[in-house]
This record gives sequence, structure tokens and C-alpha cells, in this order.
Amino acid sequence: MAKLNIDRGTRAFTRKSKRYSIFSIAKNAASYHQKWQQAWRHAEPKSTYDAVIIGGGGHGLATAYYLANIHGITNIAVIEKGWLGGGNTGRNTTIIRSNYMWDESAAIYEHALKLWEGLSQDLNFNVMFSQRGVLTISHSEHELKGMSRRVHAIRLNGIDSDILSPSEIKKLVPTINIDPNIRYPVMGGFIQKRAGTARHDAVAWGYARAADELGVDIIQNCEVTGLRRNGNQITGIQTTKGFVKTSKVGCVVAGHSSIIADMANIRLPITSRPLQAIVSEPIKPILDTVIMSNAVHMYISQSDKGEMVLGAGVDKYNSYAQTGSWTIPEHMVAAAIDLFPFLSQLRMLRQWGGIVDTCPDASPIISKTDVKGLYFNCGWGTGGFKATPGSGHVFADLIANDRPNPIALPFGLKRFETGYLIDEHGAAGVAH
Amino acid sequence: MNRLLSHRISSNGAVIDRQKLVHFEFDQKKYTGYEGDTLASALLAHGIHLVGRSFKYHRPRGIFGSGSEEPNALVRLIGDKSSEPNLRATQIEIYDGLIAESQNRFPSLKIDFLSINNVFRRFFPAGFYYKTFMWPASFWMFYEKLIRKAAGLGKLSKKYHRPERYEHKYAHCDLLVVGSGAAGLQTAIIAAKSGARVVIADEQHRFGGWLLTDNDFNINQIPAASWVHETVKNLQSAPNVTCLSRTTVSSMMDDNFVIMAERVTEHLGKKDMLLPKQRLWKLRASKVILATGAIERPLVFSGNDLPGIMLSSAIRTYINRYDVLSGRRAIIFTNNDDAYFTALAIHKAGGFVRCIVDLRVNPKSQIITKVRKIGINILAGHAVIAAHGLRHIASVDIAKYNSGKQAPTSSILHMDCNLLAMSGGLNPVVHLHSQRKGKLVWDERTSCYRPDNKSDEWVSVGAANGTFELERIFIEATKIASTTIMKLAKENNKIKTKELVTVPQIDKDKQNWTPLPTWLIQAGQPHVSDKTAFVDFQNDSTAADIKLAVKEGYSSVEHVKRYTTTGMATDQGKTSNINAIGILASCLNKSIAETGVTTFRPPYTPVSLGAIAGRNIGGLFDPVRKTRMHSWHQSNGAKFEHVGQWMRAWYYPRDGESFQQAVNREVYATRHYAGLLDASTLGKIEVKGPDSAEFLNRVYTNNFADLPIGKARYGLMLKEDGMVFDDGVTTRLAEDHFYMTTTTGGAAGVLSWLEELLQTEWLDLRVYLTSVTEQWSVASLSGPNSRSILTACMSENKNITDDFPFMTMKKSFIAGIPARIFRISFTGEMAFEINVPARYGAALWSHLMKIGKEFNLTAYGTEAMHVLRAEKGFIIVGQETDGTVTPHDLDMGWIISNKKSDFIGKRALERKSMNEPQRKQLVGLLTADPSKVIPEGAHAVLDPNQEMPMEMLGHISSSYYSPNLKHSIALALLKGGLNRKGQTVYIPMLDGQQPIEAKIVDPVFFDKKGERLRG
Ligand SMILES: Cc1cc2nc3c(=O)[nH]c(=O)nc-3n(C[C@H](O)[C@H](O)[C@H](O)COP(=O)(O)OP(=O)(O)OC[C@H]3O[C@@H](n4cnc5c(N)ncnc54)[C@H](O)[C@@H]3O)c2cc1C
Repeated sequence: MAKLNIDRGTRAFTRKSKRYSIFSIAKNAASYHQKWQQAWRHAEPKSTYDAVIIGGGGHGLATAYYLANIHGITNIAVIEKGWLGGGNTGRNTTIIRSNYMWDESAAIYEHALKLWEGLSQDLNFNVMFSQRGVLTISHSEHELKGMSRRVHAIRLNGIDSDILSPSEIKKLVPTINIDPNIRYPVMGGFIQKRAGTARHDAVAWGYARAADELGVDIIQNCEVTGLRRNGNQITGIQTTKGFVKTSKVGCVVAGHSSIIADMANIRLPITSRPLQAIVSEPIKPILDTVIMSNAVHMYISQSDKGEMVLGAGVDKYNSYAQTGSWTIPEHMVAAAIDLFPFLSQLRMLRQWGGIVDTCPDASPIISKTDVKGLYFNCGWGTGGFKATPGSGHVFADLIANDRPNPIALPFGLKRFETGYLIDEHGAAGVAH
Repeated sequence: MNRLLSHRISSNGAVIDRQKLVHFEFDQKKYTGYEGDTLASALLAHGIHLVGRSFKYHRPRGIFGSGSEEPNALVRLIGDKSSEPNLRATQIEIYDGLIAESQNRFPSLKIDFLSINNVFRRFFPAGFYYKTFMWPASFWMFYEKLIRKAAGLGKLSKKYHRPERYEHKYAHCDLLVVGSGAAGLQTAIIAAKSGARVVIADEQHRFGGWLLTDNDFNINQIPAASWVHETVKNLQSAPNVTCLSRTTVSSMMDDNFVIMAERVTEHLGKKDMLLPKQRLWKLRASKVILATGAIERPLVFSGNDLPGIMLSSAIRTYINRYDVLSGRRAIIFTNNDDAYFTALAIHKAGGFVRCIVDLRVNPKSQIITKVRKIGINILAGHAVIAAHGLRHIASVDIAKYNSGKQAPTSSILHMDCNLLAMSGGLNPVVHLHSQRKGKLVWDERTSCYRPDNKSDEWVSVGAANGTFELERIFIEATKIASTTIMKLAKENNKIKTKELVTVPQIDKDKQNWTPLPTWLIQAGQPHVSDKTAFVDFQNDSTAADIKLAVKEGYSSVEHVKRYTTTGMATDQGKTSNINAIGILASCLNKSIAETGVTTFRPPYTPVSLGAIAGRNIGGLFDPVRKTRMHSWHQSNGAKFEHVGQWMRAWYYPRDGESFQQAVNREVYATRHYAGLLDASTLGKIEVKGPDSAEFLNRVYTNNFADLPIGKARYGLMLKEDGMVFDDGVTTRLAEDHFYMTTTTGGAAGVLSWLEELLQTEWLDLRVYLTSVTEQWSVASLSGPNSRSILTACMSENKNITDDFPFMTMKKSFIAGIPARIFRISFTGEMAFEINVPARYGAALWSHLMKIGKEFNLTAYGTEAMHVLRAEKGFIIVGQETDGTVTPHDLDMGWIISNKKSDFIGKRALERKSMNEPQRKQLVGLLTADPSKVIPEGAHAVLDPNQEMPMEMLGHISSSYYSPNLKHSIALALLKGGLNRKGQTVYIPMLDGQQPIEAKIVDPVFFDKKGERLRG
């Protein structure tokens, strides 16, 4: 597994007057919170930038932040067609883990997890990264063997992972049903204790605020409608707020990647499908650990607000509509009730979907393209939230230096021609 | 102590039955109410307003509304088997023995320790979590624990319990009418007479909607209540109409696929064995008419959350439907005419209306004149700028108010009261329209968002459409009903289009429907008063929070919502969203239309998870498949394992045998005598049609076109990426007829994949596929004695076994049962797979076991099968493969035809990476210690002492103790494995034990030449 020393950047949040802390809250409380400043400026596009990031989701904002903080490239803009974090960043179920089986995946997700640890301090914004543990359950002999394979690989990569017996699971998660006679009984599981969840909106806002602090222009309500190039070199982008000149464009638009790629006559091996999630009404704490089950295609956690958050696999059909079919929530709820019978007393509060961008091998693309100055970071599919800091970190490096670092290298576009795929389908049925 | 009736007024034809007393309990105290009461109306009848604490500041909160819009009155219902939290008291119908409890308070409602949060409110502005708890970094988990404890609303019962019964129902109709108010009833009755199949649903327990509250007038010369009664009776007796009360239409999806939750018995309090608690309808409607009415907006001013402050419409509803007067000294605060009807109702009910505070400077209309005549004091151009009280409203501050400047313009008038009715105008219920991605338009005249009504599939009518005058509602409903029916009739000639109903005439006091929009009443120092001016009551978000969000740049509607959590509570912003947008718009100096709305996500009101799952839980979640021999396995002590949906016999322990002992015995017996395996679970597909051979040629890597009739061949199937997808033996039964077998777990996937190819890629091929997995029972007889046993079992043609070459098929009879017998082997022994029509499976099995007895026949399970095939180095798809393994990786290059021009996966196999010498390849492993069995899934390394992360060669895919070789054996996929034979590898253990040492060898451990199998 490739491993890099983590450079967290040198220019942490500097402007003292803007720093958040318990003292700043107390001070502002005294002035009735009238003196808080904007978390980030609502910028309008300048005519020229050194680099432009398309897409104001977590990955795009993180990229901009690390470009400015580590690579010192500050004359940059993040262009978002709607509101920051309004894409999958603000719709996902926030599971963060790095217990991937393949070396290439483990490397990037572990890189990200290391950055998550300490991210609130880096950004001076509490992203509520909560290492409450992610437990994946096995329901059959076959799954137990698959689990063993994963855990061995993860451990030899130096990443934490522990196998639990049904009774150990019961101890950790008292509300779970370990009756061996249910349809999909709990036969064991493995937990990554450093894994957990974070507050999705806060990730977008925290990165935006810190990037803005370093001089990055954050431009909302501005859609990119075209790419301009001179020969094989990117020269600028066309937006709903006019033309912007730049020689480097990083596209981080998740489900809409194929649309931007199309503007450069590039075809990406990506399909876009809805992925759905639901939350229940809030209740007092009853589940601390995040629980995943691949066999029944369901995962569940409880948010800090008290809502039970449930997710499942992707919808069966390609679509750009941010809604999915009813069968998915119906299945995930039925699957969850067997494991957590108390759920049937609860009610579904909200149901929604996001468009996820999935590659044939279910691994992301972090890549240069045949067009000079045009870079793509996409294909994170159902599980890219956890990668946010790591993805931004290596993508910034790629844009700044025009070459992928060892962690990003395996995720190049060329792999679809050469066949060096990183197939996460088999290893991770529900890849969140 | 009779505390009954203190706020009950004399009856005037409401929805309760005063003959039927109901006993219930709230917070350990006993109360009574009447049948038809909601928990809210029954508590109000006892003068109880305070029923809950708010989410964040734990402020005391009272009953606020009268239906699903209620943000405050959330309670927990406690049953004997379970308890349901967060239910709205305004929607719970009481029954004898009901036990309810308030939530989010400790130790009691009156004294709640966490109300300390209210004192330090100033330190918890919107978004404060994001700004603190960051130091020291390691403490977040600790802080978070406290935050989690404080958050959440209701509690669940810890008791394990069986889920109650819920069921699903599927239905179709021509027209779904949602809502049974004036608009809904009028459209439904017209549709009913057209002969169309109509479903009308309403979430309340009685039809009538707003006409149940306001019915002090005549419709077509009869009292409004009687008109409702007549109309409902007509609907109920129409055979083509389904009337569903207590039914919430919660989601509306593409093509009018509608989810409705019907509360069937939960309002009865007792279980009915035959009926479910709730029924979830999945309805497909050609057209939908949304007559979902409107919800009143509160007004936002300091202290507006005190118990005793209610929506004006709710107060009127409690009086007119439940005979409950919520307070006797009332003040009305309004920006529109509707609240004047509440004033009249309070007055009529014997309450004292101290004054009406009207934001409008010079309000005029028929109803205002009427109220004035009664002598109620109207303070026009005034506002309530603050409300005071400890746990209940006690007084208000009133001042002249300039809505434009957002400031009071006079000195303050104090007035005491115990009830404040507030009315800020109406919001059409547009949720379902929005769920279908319908657009909203801001209507300046009525100050509300209403649907654009541009769809052909659904249409909003009446108050849901922003039409509030009853006369106009009836006209609009009649017109929309007629046009909808016209459209339906085009597709269905049984539907009559003749208009059969005329527009009802009414005599109701006229009112003015233009409110004076005033989103926030500011007074004194706004930054102080804003802090207690609540917008979202349940989530405790205030005007100050919204202003702070804007100040900090969180100024798009979605950011405001997320930063302040406005509209994210369990009422999903029914009373708060538009006020929040109004305040936001004025902060941004934008119009409301420019500011925009947040999306309404389904469901309309929370839907029980139990109902969503319905009966698809427990054994019905995913049915277990059992073979016809299952009961034999069971009575012979088999242990089972799940393989896909199947239960397969895993091993058959005899008295006192351990797992390993049993497996060793089965493996040994099969190699030395004979073994019998239930192989019925293998996938079986009939491939038929003139192009079948060509089809198989394309889906398998090897050639099938030249397969002679009666012969069988093993095939590998790849996906387009060149990776092994499935394997199995296919036999040619006739020129155009093949019998394909697949892996047990892969059967459904293979059939879907083949169908996809036929239906989307190769439309020219005439091939038909049928799954026959369930049609055949299969017993696999293998071992040196298998031929003798087979011969002994034959009813006729006993001699066919004499000339029965490997990889052929013969038809015969065994114990009189017609059978297809395949001479194929997965154990490496001489073996016969005997297929009989499924229903003879058990008979075949018993017969074989009986006859086989003298030949030492032993039943063996899947574990022994795994060992036997591993001794032979045979792969199992899904164990030796995982979607990343090519035939070359398995050293099975021989199965790839060079002659065929194409097959699926051929192109992918030519990619650069496919010839990479460092690919993971299948090898065998022999442990240095013959008794040490490597755990499957473990990984091999060359140097066990290297640092983490280790350089891994690959993993152990299969590993067993081989009783025949008296040695532990394993299969592994290792980087460059084929060239590593003879090398030593180490397998590090998880539990800290020494790594296991093993040698890389050929994967065929036993009978390398395959003599036994052909024998
Ligand atoms: C229901 C659901 C649950 C999920 N659960 C998890 C989970 O538990 N754990 C996990 O790790 N991952 C999860 N994911 C996946 C995760 O959300 C995504 O992989 C990740 O958030 C992607 O981040 P992003 O910044 O790349 O994309 P986004 O947040 O989608 O950002 C892309 C942005 O690009 C903008 N954009 C698009 N086109 C243009 C244009 N032409 N011009 C300008 N801007 C444009 C969009 O408006 C959007 O804001 C889940 C996803 C969903 C939908």
C-alpha cells in the first residue's frame, strides 16, 4: 500500500479576529451575536485565475483549500452552480472508514482518515468527526470467509480492524437482535474503531471558510456551461456569470461529470444513478456504532440529533432525477427491522436521493486528461464523502504539479484501457 | 375530584360523542374525554396546554395546532408490547386505557433540568456547535456524548418486542382525490357520478376538512354540516368509490405512484386479530386531484412560543369540533380576516375576547363589521410585540406598529389574557405537488406560494391551490373535476362526461383574503426580542438565528435551513418555512419570489417504519429455499448453511462427532466407497431455439457449437471485463436444445445477464431461456462404488451403466422415476448426477440411500464437497474468484477457444494488464506443519518480519484438512504465483500467533492424471 507523509499545510487559519472558539462565542454573546463575520465572501468571478475548480462540494472545496494551503496557489476560484454542499456532500449518510481491502483503495481512504483526524483543528471549524466505529456484519459462512479476507488484508496494511463474535457485537450494540434463527442471523462482524461519521454540511462550510481565508474566491449560483481550449490546452471556462480565463481546470462535479466531460469531447466511463437514504424522527441515543450489512443491503447509524439514518444500495436505473424508486427504502427498512426490531416503532421523517457517479470498477477517477490543464476528480459513487480530505489533498497535488502522486496514480483514466482496475464491487457490496 | 368539563362548552354538534366517556392517562394522571376526542382536545378540555419541552432549549411548549402541522405537542404512547415516541397529540384519537407521556424533559414537564439551556440560550446561537468543542481535539467524543444525550426527542421502550402487524395493499384507480374538504368532496362526488374508479383519502378521521370547523352557514339551502353528511353518504354508497379516512397520502412519485398510510386499528387501542395496525397503500392513479387545503401561519414575535398561544384556526377547531374552549380571556392577533371568525367562535362559546390586534391599518369586510357590532374591541394597525408568562401566557405587550418600517410607533399597552390566537395568513399545502417536482409561484394577493398547476397528471384545487373563498372553491372544484373526467374519458369509454352536479350555492359572511404580510414583529432592541421570536418551534430556531445565518453568509434558503435547522423538525416546517423565507427575504432585501423555497421531501407526515416494511420481515423478508430432500437431511441430523437463498446440508454429524470428524468421515467415505450429495440447488436453465448453439458460443469461452447431442461440456462464462463470472456444465439434449447448469449462488444473476444480452444486444438470436432450477431434484452420486449403486437402482436398462462414458448424459428410470443421468464429477471420482422431476427428489434420495447401504454409501454435505474438489484443485466461482480473476489467472487457459471469432470477455482479455506476470494466480499451498490449517482469507507474504504496511502476495481462498492426504491443503491467489512454485511463503495471523509457513505447489493435490474420474 502506498503511504505518504501527510502535509497538512503551513497556513492554518491565521486571522485571529475570525477564529472560532468558546471565547469567541462568549465574546460575541456579549454583543448579541451582532459582530460575527461572513464565513466566506460571496465572491463574483474575476476575469482570470491561475486555476478554477468546478463544483462546490466537499471534494472541490477541499481541493481549493489544499491548493492554497500546501501549494501556495491562491488565485483560484471554486465555481458552484447552486449552493455550496448542495450536491451529494449535503445528501450523504456520512460514513467514514478506511477498511478497504485493495491496497490502492486502502491507501487513499487511510490517507483521508488521517486527515479527518485533526480536520476540525486544521480548519478551525468543528466538522464533528466522530470516531464511533463502523461495524460490518456477516450473516453466513460465506460472508465470514470474505470478512476474514478483508480483515487480514486491512491489518497487514497497518489499518485497525477487529473481528467480533455475535456476543461481542451484542455487548457493543445492545439493541441488535442476535437470535440465530432470524433469516439473516448475526454470525460475526468486524469493526474499525477509528471509523465513524461527520457533519456533512460542516465539511463544505469549514473548507469554504478556510479556503476563503487563504484568498480563494467562492462563487455560488454560477454554472459552468462550456470549456474553452486552444488546441490541446485549456484556456478558460464559460459560465452563467461570463467567461473566466484560466489554464487549469479541476472538475469535481460528481454525478454531473459526464456532462462537463462532454464539453471537452471526453467520454468518461461513468454511470449516474440515484442513491437513496432516509432518516427517522429523532429519539434519545440508542445506537452509538455505525452498522453495515452487505448481505441484506442496509446500513444504519444514529445522528447526533437523534435521527436514525438508513441507507441501502443504488437504484437500478440510470437517472439525473434526485429521487429514486420506493422499493429501495422499503427493502432497507425491512432489512433493518429484523436486526433492530425496535425500529418498527419509529417513523420515517425524510426520504431523499442523490445522483452518484459510478465507474465500472466502483473506484474513483483522479486523473489528467488528454486535454492539457483539464483534470477530473469523480467516480466516487456511493462512498466518496469519507474520502473528501484525502481526495482534495491528492487532487490539489495533481493540479499543482501536473503529475499524480503515488496515492493518486492507480486512479488514472488510462486504467480503463489497460485493465489495471481496482474492482471494489466484489469486495464491498454496499460501498459507503 | 372531577376535573372533567372545565373547558368543555355546551354541545353544538361537534365530532365527539358525549354519550361515550373515555378514560386515559397522561403523565401518570388519569383523565376522561369523549369518543372522537384527540388527545390534544381532551387535554385542553381539562385546561392542560403544557405538554412538551422544546428540542434545544427545553422551553415549555403547549398545544399549538389541531392537526399534522403541530410542532409542539409530541408525546409517547405506551403500549403493553411497545411504545411509540414523537406522536402528535393533535392526531391521536383517544381510547379507553390509552397511556401517554410527555417527552424530552427530566424529571418532569414542570421542572425540567435541561431548561438551564434556556438560561444560557445566548451562548447557543445557530451554528454554535461548529465553532466550538474543538479543544482539546481528543475531547470531541466526550462533548458529543453529552450533546447526543441532550438531543433526540422521545424514548423507545428498551424491551425487545415483536413488531406489530402492518400490511401492504396495491391498488389502481382512475382518480385519486386527496383531501375531503369542500374542494375534495365536490370533485369526488362529480367523479363518482361519472363512473370513474375513485379513491378519496383524508388523514383525519372524518371527512369534511375545514367544513367540520366552519359550518355556520348553508350550502344549497341546507346547513353546511348536513351537506357534508349527505355528500359523504353518497360517496360511501357509490360502488366505484373507495373512501379512506385516517389515511395520509405521504408520497407522490413518478407516474402518480402514490404511497398512502391508513391507520386501520391503532385508534381503537385494542388488537384485532384480523386487522393490521396500519395498511400501506401503493396506489397507481391515472390522475390525482390535490385538495389538501391550507395551513395557517403563526406570527413571529417575542415570546410567541408560550403555552396558551395557538393558531387561531386551531382554537376555532377545538371549539367547533370538540366543544373545547382553550381559554376564557382571549386576545386575537392577526394580519387577515380569518381570525375574526375565531373571535366570533370564542365569543359564542362564552369566552371573553379582550381585543383583536390587527396589523392592518384599516381592515374592512362583512365579517369585521359583524364582529365590531358584537362589541369586540379592534386595535387596527397594532401588533402584539411580546408575550409574557412563566409556563403559560399571562399577558401581552401591544403597540401601534408600522409593518413597512418594522417598528412599533406608540407606547406599549399591557393586557392580561390566558389565550392568544394568532393568524399570519394561509399556506396552501403544496407538499405533494412539490414532491412531483411541480413548481411554485408566489401569489402577491394572498401572500402565499401556490402550485403552478402545469401538469397533466395532477392538479391542485381549492385552498391547496391558493383559492380560499368558498364560493370560488366550489366553482374551481367543479370545473377541474369536469376537465379531469373529460381527460379520463378519452382513455376509458366507460366514463361518462355528462356533468351531473351543479356548483353549490352558499350564504357565508364575506371576508377579505388579502393578509398584510408581516414576517417578523420587532420591538425594542431587535437583537434581544428576536431571540425569543420563534420561527420553528420544535427545533427552537428564532428570527435571531436566521439573521445570524445571513450575517455569516449562510444566506441561500437551503443554507439557512441547514445552519439554523429551521424546517427540519418532525413537522418538516409546516408552520415555519414560509415565515423563515419571509424573514430571510427582508434580511436580503429581496422579494420572496427571488428568495425561493426549500424542497419538500417526502413523506408529507412521518410514516411508520413498521408500515413501510409491512409483512416483508422475519421469515418473509427473503424466503428460504429448501430442496425436496430437506426433511431427510433434517431427520439425519444435518447442519445447514445458507448459500444464497438456499439452505444446504453442510455436514451430517453422527453421535458426538465434531465438525472436523464428520467432514473427515464424509470425505473419506466418498473417496473410498461412495457419497451422495444433494445438488438440487445448482441453477438450471433450459436454452432452446435454433440459435442456441451460437448463443452459448458467445457466452462461454470455449466452443459449444460442436457439442454432440447427449454430450456434456464444462464451460466458463466471463463478463465483458474478461473476469470469470460463472461456471457449470451444459449438455446438449437436441440440435436446438441445451440444458445449462450454473452455480447455486449465481443462478439468478446468470439468467438476468443472459436475458439482458438477448433482449438488448443480440435481438437477432432466436433463443429462449427458462429457469428450471425448481423443476429438478438432483442427487450427485460419486465414488468408486457409484456405478454399482447406480446399476442396482435402475428399474430397467441396467446395462446402460456399462457403456456410460465421462461427460455424457443418458435417460433412464430409477425406482420407476424417469431420470436424466449425467456422468460428470466435481469430486474427482467417478460420479453420476441424477436429475429427476423435482417432486420425486425425496423418493430418489431415500431409494439411493437404501440400495447404497450395502455399498457403504454416505451422505455428504457441502463442506465435504469443498474438501473433495479442493483436493482436486477444482475452483469454486465466488471462492477462488471475486470478479477480478481471469481464466489465465486460474491457469485455465485451455478453456479459451482460439478458434472462435468472439465471445464475451475476449476483447478485455487482450488488454495490457491481462498479461502482467505479477497478476494474482491460482496455486496450491502445503503447510510446513501438515496438521496446521491456514484460516481462509489470510494473506501470504514473503517476509513475515517486514514493517507495516506489508507487501502482500495474495490471499488464501480455500483451506482444509485433507483426510485422504493426511495433510492440510490450501488454494491461494498469489502475485506471479505460477512462477513461484516451490517457494516458501508465510501467512501472518491476526491473533498474535506465529505466522504459518507453507510451500507453493501445484493446486491439484490428488489424482493428478484424473484416472479415477474417467475410470
Ligand atoms: C444518499 C447518499 C448517501 C451516501 N452515503 C455516503 C456515506 O455514508 N459515506 C461516504 O463516504 N459517501 C457517501 N455518499 C457518497 C458521497 O456523498 C459522495 O461521493 C461525495 O459527497 C461526493 O462529493 P463531491 O464533492 O465530489 O460531489 P458533490 O457534493 O455532489 O459536489 C459536486 C458539485 O458540483 C456542482 N456542479 C455540477 N455541475 C456543475 C456545473 N456545470 N457548474 C458548476 N457546478 C456544478 C454541483 O452542484 C455540486 O455541488 C453518499 C451519497 C448519497 C447520494
